Amino acid sequence: MKIETGLLNIGYMDELARKNNFLCNLDPRAKLITTIIFIVSVVSFDKYKISALIPFFIYPITLISVGDLPAKYLLKKILIAAPFAVMVGIFNPIFDKQILIEIAGFNISGGWISYLSIMIRFFLTVSAALILISTTGFNSVCLALEKLKTPKPFVMQLLFLYRYIFLLVNEAMRMVRAVSLRSFGKRTLTIKIFTQLLGHLLLRCTDRANRIHLAMLCRGFNGSIKLIQNRKIGFSEILFISGWCAFFIFVKFYNISSNLGILTENFFK
Amino acid sequence: MHMADALISPAVGATMWTASAGLIGYCSKKLKEEANERSVPLMGVLGAFIFAAQMINFTIPATGSSGHLGGGMILAILLGPYAGFLTISSVLIIQALFFADGGLLALGCNIFNLGFFPCFIAYPFIYKKIVGKNLTKPKVIAASVISAVIGLQLGALGVVLETFASGVSELAFDTFIIIMLPVHLAIGLVEGAVTAGTVLFVLQARPEILKKPDFALIGDISIKKLIIKIACAAVFIGAILSWFASYNPDGLEWAMFKTAGTEEIDPPEKNIYSSLSDIQTKTAFLPDYGFKTKEMQETEAEENNPAWPAIDAGTSTSGIIGGTLTLLTACLIGFLLKKRKRGTVKEPDSRGVK
Repeated sequence: MKIETGLLNIGYMDELARKNNFLCNLDPRAKLITTIIFIVSVVSFDKYKISALIPFFIYPITLISVGDLPAKYLLKKILIAAPFAVMVGIFNPIFDKQILIEIAGFNISGGWISYLSIMIRFFLTVSAALILISTTGFNSVCLALEKLKTPKPFVMQLLFLYRYIFLLVNEAMRMVRAVSLRSFGKRTLTIKIFTQLLGHLLLRCTDRANRIHLAMLCRGFNGSIKLIQNRKIGFSEILFISGWCAFFIFVKFYNISSNLGILTENFFK
Repeated sequence: MHMADALISPAVGATMWTASAGLIGYCSKKLKEEANERSVPLMGVLGAFIFAAQMINFTIPATGSSGHLGGGMILAILLGPYAGFLTISSVLIIQALFFADGGLLALGCNIFNLGFFPCFIAYPFIYKKIVGKNLTKPKVIAASVISAVIGLQLGALGVVLETFASGVSELAFDTFIIIMLPVHLAIGLVEGAVTAGTVLFVLQARPEILKKPDFALIGDISIKKLIIKIACAAVFIGAILSWFASYNPDGLEWAMFKTAGTEEIDPPEKNIYSSLSDIQTKTAFLPDYGFKTKEMQETEAEENNPAWPAIDAGTSTSGIIGGTLTLLTACLIGFLLKKRKRGTVKEPDSRGVK
């Protein structure tokens, strides 16, 4: 069960990228570069910053709306990935007990503030990466990497890997099903059976790789996969990158949230 | 084991990116030079093999919990260091993009921790040394287990060092090490057992896979030179970035607190965004509420630790109000965009639907 859903997820994200909208039609380089700049600017804040990070939510929210992405699905993916940040971050409130602020009689320690800040960073950075792949698709990301001078063998490796994942996960799924049909309700495998299963899978994979490789050679494979490139950096790409960068810089140096808060407070006084 | 973007600083992330990108470039060059063309499809398959293997869970004896394969060591053994490293890197990239396992900025750290140590330390210096020229069963078992354990321990050490250098997590260096190393010792033993089992199986069923020169692109590794080069590049970039970082507004703000003890010196953006400046001067320093809390905070802070003033203290309430408002605005923007889109795109959409 788990395998099938996991596999479906990978294919689904690529499917999302095949939509016809402004975001999906942008050159992949523009999206890749903007995503990296976004992540670096989010991470570059001081560890006690919370309010200054909030305006950054505009980026994923806008992209989700423009790219017509399923927000609930992405949210679920983000939550699945959360454990590491949650586990390591939880030590902050334990070790950093110095009271930083007081709200309505509650003392809040620096640890809780930095923990919240970590969770916000986590949410922002992970959503940016997921949005990148579900508006761009893996092949286009590889294309962007190649255009940005990533070594050719490595790009080939990524493309091959991605193609083979579906094939081999299916193979593994069949093997697991076969074992579970013969093991009378035992839930998981012992190490001994697991390693033998793995060994068989490995042999099948290498055989298959050899067969496929020979077939590819017969059809004129010369060591590189050709990707169709029909996009280039144009006006909208430059606008996309520079617009978002300007926004990130503005938000980095000018705390919109806290100024908005002060303004509202004064207004009600 | 995968590090997350949220826990590292840009300087650490960029340094490790440089190191990993350098390694990828180096391995690609090596592969081009000495590999036959068959290695690339094989690398792809074995990378996918790791994915497939990770989807199968097995029971860890005596604990009742289940585990899955990490795979770094097995790739190094089957493919050799260069191809193995590229394969692990590609697996990590797909994990980062599709499963949000580790982030894009932390990718450099993850590739280094999970790729460099098994491929360039554990494989050549431990696995190869123990196995020697004749592959025998006890040697393979010992070599797989020991190299998997050491590779993972070094990786865990890498995680601790990188987290510590980033300074986002509050975990003390020694506490973190005391947690991480034993946990990864256990994981390493299981990983080693699985690696040994699989390698043994291959050794019995198809020994030529392990012996064939095609599969083991070992050659003579000039690791010393490589490490020196990469260390130099990484230190260089790290130094530049941390120098830059110390001049960024946060550092500056902090220094201002420390030296002048005042918050009132207006940050430079006031000059840049002059249109907003009158609102700012009107609002930012006047509210007595902000000052009051600040005074209260200062007396408190003096008791605790006068050297580290409360950063958000004076504006905490306004921060919360403003943050909520900003978030609401962001959601509103998204909502409006979506609504507008639905209005305009509806017709071609309905035609496209089967």
